[in-house]
Amino acid sequence: MTTMTGTGTGTGRTTLKGRMTALARAELTLLGRSRATLVTAVLVPLLLPLSVRSATDQMDLDEAGLSVGTVMLPAAVGFSLLFAVYAALTNIYVVRREELVLKRLRTGELRDPEILVGAALPAVGIGFAQCVLLAVGCTVLLDLGAPPAPHLAVLGVLLGIVLCVALAAVTASFSRTAESAQVTSLPVMFVSLLGSGVTVPLEVLPDRVASVCELLPLSPVITLVRGGWTGDLTAYEALGAVATALAWTVLAVFAVRRWFRWEPRR
Amino acid sequence: MKTKGHEDVIEVTDLRRVYGGGFEAVRGITFSVRRGELFALLGTNGAGKTSTVELLEGLAPASGGHVRILGHDPYTERAAVRPRIGVMLQEGGFPSELTVTETVRMWAGCTSGARPVGEALEIVGLGRRAGVRVKQLSGGEKRRLDLALALLGRPEVLFLDEPTTGLDAEGRQDTWALVRDLRDQGTTVLLTTHYLEEAEGLADRLAILHEGSVAATGTPAEVTASQPSRISFELPDGYFLGDLPPLGELGVTGHDVEGRAVVLRTHELQRAATGVLLWAERARVELRRLEVRSASLEEAFLRIARETAARTGTGAGTGAAADDKALTGTKARKDGVSA
Repeated sequence: MTTMTGTGTGTGRTTLKGRMTALARAELTLLGRSRATLVTAVLVPLLLPLSVRSATDQMDLDEAGLSVGTVMLPAAVGFSLLFAVYAALTNIYVVRREELVLKRLRTGELRDPEILVGAALPAVGIGFAQCVLLAVGCTVLLDLGAPPAPHLAVLGVLLGIVLCVALAAVTASFSRTAESAQVTSLPVMFVSLLGSGVTVPLEVLPDRVASVCELLPLSPVITLVRGGWTGDLTAYEALGAVATALAWTVLAVFAVRRWFRWEPRR
Repeated sequence: MKTKGHEDVIEVTDLRRVYGGGFEAVRGITFSVRRGELFALLGTNGAGKTSTVELLEGLAPASGGHVRILGHDPYTERAAVRPRIGVMLQEGGFPSELTVTETVRMWAGCTSGARPVGEALEIVGLGRRAGVRVKQLSGGEKRRLDLALALLGRPEVLFLDEPTTGLDAEGRQDTWALVRDLRDQGTTVLLTTHYLEEAEGLADRLAILHEGSVAATGTPAEVTASQPSRISFELPDGYFLGDLPPLGELGVTGHDVEGRAVVLRTHELQRAATGVLLWAERARVELRRLEVRSASLEEAFLRIARETAARTGTGAGTGAAADDKALTGTKARKDGVSA
C-alpha cells in the first residue's frame, strides 16, 4: 500500500457520463426492487388509458375533429408522464433525501443538478419507452395511421419529461415523507388529469374554460402530442404550446434552486 | 503539482455559521491543519463540531469568515476540491435496498481514481458482507461502509465526523489503527469526536469546541498542561481550610470547599501535594479520600464545560440544528480557557 494519497495524475478523473451512469444504474437497481414504484411507474400508466376508452363513447368527438385514437394516445402519454415520471420521481427524491442519500451524494464529486438528473434517468427512460410503446400501440390498434406531424409529438413528450422531472423535484421540496408526498403530488396530478386534456380533451370544453386550461403545466404537452397526430395545429399554436411548457419548466427549475432541500428537516 | 511538506492543507479563519432560525452554531473559529497532520475537533454534543465540519466539506456556505481546503474554497470551488478529499458524515446515507457492493460500485463511478470495490471493502473489513443489503447491516457495519467510501478515492484530506460512534470496542480499535495508517502514509485527517481517549490517542493537535467557539487548542499535551492538576481530600472534624498553610504559598491557584470535602487546583502539583501532606503529617491529621491527579484531557474538557455551565446556570441546550441527537451539553458562554 504505497499510493494512499494521490495527486490526481495517472488516476483518471470522473466524467459527467461516468458519474451519471453510475448513479442511474444504482437507481435502476433500486427501481427494480421497489414493488410500489414499479406498479406506479409501469402498470398504472399502461392500464389507465383503458378507462378513457369507455369515456370516449360519451364524447361528441366528431364535432371537435377528434377520434378515439387522438383522444386516447395523448391521454396515455399524459398518464405515463404523470405516473411513471412525476409521481415516481417525487417519491424517489423524498425517500433519498430522508435516507440522507442526497446529503451523502453531495459530499462527492457529483454536482447538484447531476444528482437530481442522474437519479431521474431510470424513471425518464421508463416514461419515454412507454410513450413510444403507446404511440406504436395506438397507431396500430386504433387505426390512427402515421402521424402527419411527428416532430410535434416528440417535442411534446420531451418537454413533458423535462417538466415532470422539475415538477417532481419541486413537489419533493414540499414533502416531508414518502407518505406526505402522495398528498403533495395530488394537485399537479388532479389539475393535469382534469384540466390539461388528459382525461377530457380541451377541444370538448367550453372555449373560455379551455383557454384557461391551455395555460396549465401539462396542457401544452398534450396539445403537441395530439397535434402531432391530428396535424391541424398551426405554427402559431405550436409555438404557443412550446412557450407555455418552457415557461413552466423555467419556473419549476427556479423553484428547485430556491427551495429544494438536500437533507431532512429535523 | 504536489506542494512541499508543511503547508496548511486546511485553513479556517474566523469561521461563522448562523442557521435560518438565527441560531449561531459556529462563532468565529480559527485553526489550521498541516499536511499529514491528524487534527481532532473535540466537543460535547451541540458544541458546533458537525456545523463546522460541514462548512469544511463544502456542504454549506459560511455565514462569515473563510475556509480554504488545499488552497480552494470548498463551497464555491467544489469541483477543484472534491476529487482530492474523502468525507464521512456523522450519519451516512445509503439506499437501504442496495447491497454493499452495489453501493461501493456506485460511489466508485463518481470518484476519481477509485480503488477496486473489493479492495475498498477489505480495508474496512467488510469483504464478507459484500452481497448483503445495506438495510441488513449493523450500525457499526454501516459506519465502516461509510469509511470505505470516504477512502475510495485515496483522498489527500479526510474528514471523519464521529467515525467511531456506534462501533463496539473492537471496531473502534480497528478504525483507530486504520486512521493512524492513513496518517502515517501522508493523509491529512480532520476528525470530530466526543471520545476523549480518541482525541488523546490519535490527534497530533486538537481543538476543544464549546458553544461554537474554540475553548482550547494545541497538542493534547499542551491543552492538558494548561489545565490545573487537582488535589482532593476530606478534612477531619474540627479542622478547617484555614488551618492549612496559606494556599498561595503551596502554589494552589483555586479551591472549592463543600462541607468537609476540599478540592485544590494547582499548576505545581508536587509542591502543593508536598505542602498539604507535610502539614497533615505535622498536625497528625488523616486526610480521608485523598486523591492527587495530574491534569488530563478529560479534566480540561470537563472544566471547560463546568465553568461555562457555572457562569449561566445549567440550562438545557437547544443545540445546533445539524449537530445533535442527544442534547446533553449545557448552554453557556464560552469561557476564557485557552492553551
